[in-house]
Amino acid sequence: MRELICITCPMGCHLAVDTDERGEMKVTGNRCVRGEQYAREEIFNPKRVVTFTCAAVLPDGSVPGPESNLPRRVPVRTTIAFPKERIPELLGALRGMTIRLPAVRGSVVLKKALDTEVDVIVARSIASE
Amino acid sequence: MKQLTFDAVVIGGGAAGMAAALELDARGHSVLILEREDTLGGILMQCIHNGFGLIEFNEELTGPEFAQRFEEEVGSRHIQASLRTTVLDIREEGGLKAVYCVSPAQGMMRVESRAIILAMGCRERNRGNIRIPGTRPAGIYTAGLAQRLVNIEGYIPGRDVVIIGSGDIGLIMARRMSWSGCKVHAVIEILPYPSGLTRNIVQCLNDFGIPLHLSHLVTDIYGEDRVEGIEVTPIESGALMHEKAFKIACDTVLLSVGLVPENELSRNAGIEIQPTTNGPWVDSALMTTMPGVFACGNVLHVHDLVDYVVEEARRAGANAAAWLSGYRPAREIRAKTGSNIRYVMPMRINPERENRLYMRSLVVKNDARLEVRLDGNVVKSRKLAHVQPSEMLSLTLIPEDLAAAGRDSTVEIALV
Repeated sequence: MRELICITCPMGCHLAVDTDERGEMKVTGNRCVRGEQYAREEIFNPKRVVTFTCAAVLPDGSVPGPESNLPRRVPVRTTIAFPKERIPELLGALRGMTIRLPAVRGSVVLKKALDTEVDVIVARSIASE
Repeated sequence: MKQLTFDAVVIGGGAAGMAAALELDARGHSVLILEREDTLGGILMQCIHNGFGLIEFNEELTGPEFAQRFEEEVGSRHIQASLRTTVLDIREEGGLKAVYCVSPAQGMMRVESRAIILAMGCRERNRGNIRIPGTRPAGIYTAGLAQRLVNIEGYIPGRDVVIIGSGDIGLIMARRMSWSGCKVHAVIEILPYPSGLTRNIVQCLNDFGIPLHLSHLVTDIYGEDRVEGIEVTPIESGALMHEKAFKIACDTVLLSVGLVPENELSRNAGIEIQPTTNGPWVDSALMTTMPGVFACGNVLHVHDLVDYVVEEARRAGANAAAWLSGYRPAREIRAKTGSNIRYVMPMRINPERENRLYMRSLVVKNDARLEVRLDGNVVKSRKLAHVQPSEMLSLTLIPEDLAAAGRDSTVEIALV
């Protein structure tokens, strides 16, 4: 048996997920049908939107110095929810990346990241000076 | 000293300030935004996680995405914003408002206007506010400061982290630090229930197997130059169980123990502050006790969703515009808190207009009912499947609800 808390609405139902005699998934503790859908998704195909930052570099390749008004990190995000078990792998890929300023919100950092249908995009436009 | 004149001045260029300025501009008033940081956007710029904008844009955005949509709107309407500008003083001079401020580019400035919108946001409570005993080593940060260091400045504040308090910023930082390769050992919460949203407990703690110790108090911090660990003591029936105390080794402590509206300027200007919210007292138009000065967003009361901040700020902007055009409410009646309600915002109701009210519950409860009583008679009620102090409640009262209101009527909001 697995215990989950449904986060579809603020009620936060405590769900118990089990299999019945015929091997079918059985959810209890939910107050509405959305609880069962949440449990099914969370058990078979858990996904999360991943938000992270990459290092910013100036057009000449240098890093914004302490006297600069520019941020040293550029926020990035997955366009849609990403398979949960592969998040560490995705973060590993993003950790080594730099983004050259000016950064443009919505521009693609990683196309079809790790061969999924999910892109990683820039979440903030930042000028280069 | 440079002198400027506008119809209205907005202090603070975060979500609230931008939304209020847009509303004033749309009604034909000249407006100047004064912002201390290098960019508009306020605290949203460091909130790189998603979940913003579900009500406003019907999609889940990150903080910078939400802020930049407003920033672009401000830019496209040619609304003036003075960045890197710190406001020092608000005064009434010659029947007008004078805002004294300073910036590296302009030096001292005096901005004259007929209306002011306060939108300075809030600040984090820190170690001094909650009086944790122990040494004073390096490695103790508020969660929001750590968030800024990690997400904007590009520094990791430490490797082995304990978070004190289960507020949303602390929970978000638990996930952020874990994703940055740090080990978050525990979250310690004094109350028997979490202060943050359930979805953050699930996605920021449970996803990473981070233990949440409810009804536990941090009773000591160890370390000379750098934090080496903390002592945690369980609370049972209101008493500290010293014999059950345990230690957790860590090099970093993050505090997520609540937010306080930032009202130093308001206080200095003589504006009355409400003890229940730590924000200004406001009437039905969100106007403070200084006529022509309005307040909105987290400087008025701490919100949990930026969508509500924007909604409130638009009303403050529209009300300030109406005030500039000479509108004054014919009469107002008092709003007061009934059972299980910590505060009602605002504290006055205009029976001739639509009134949007925000409330906070004092209790965690399922199958509750929110009741509006006019002089003791229920005029409106709403069923709520679940209430908790961390989720703000709202309701709208229309003139028909208040048709029976007399001069000295009182509206009471209660949770039963």
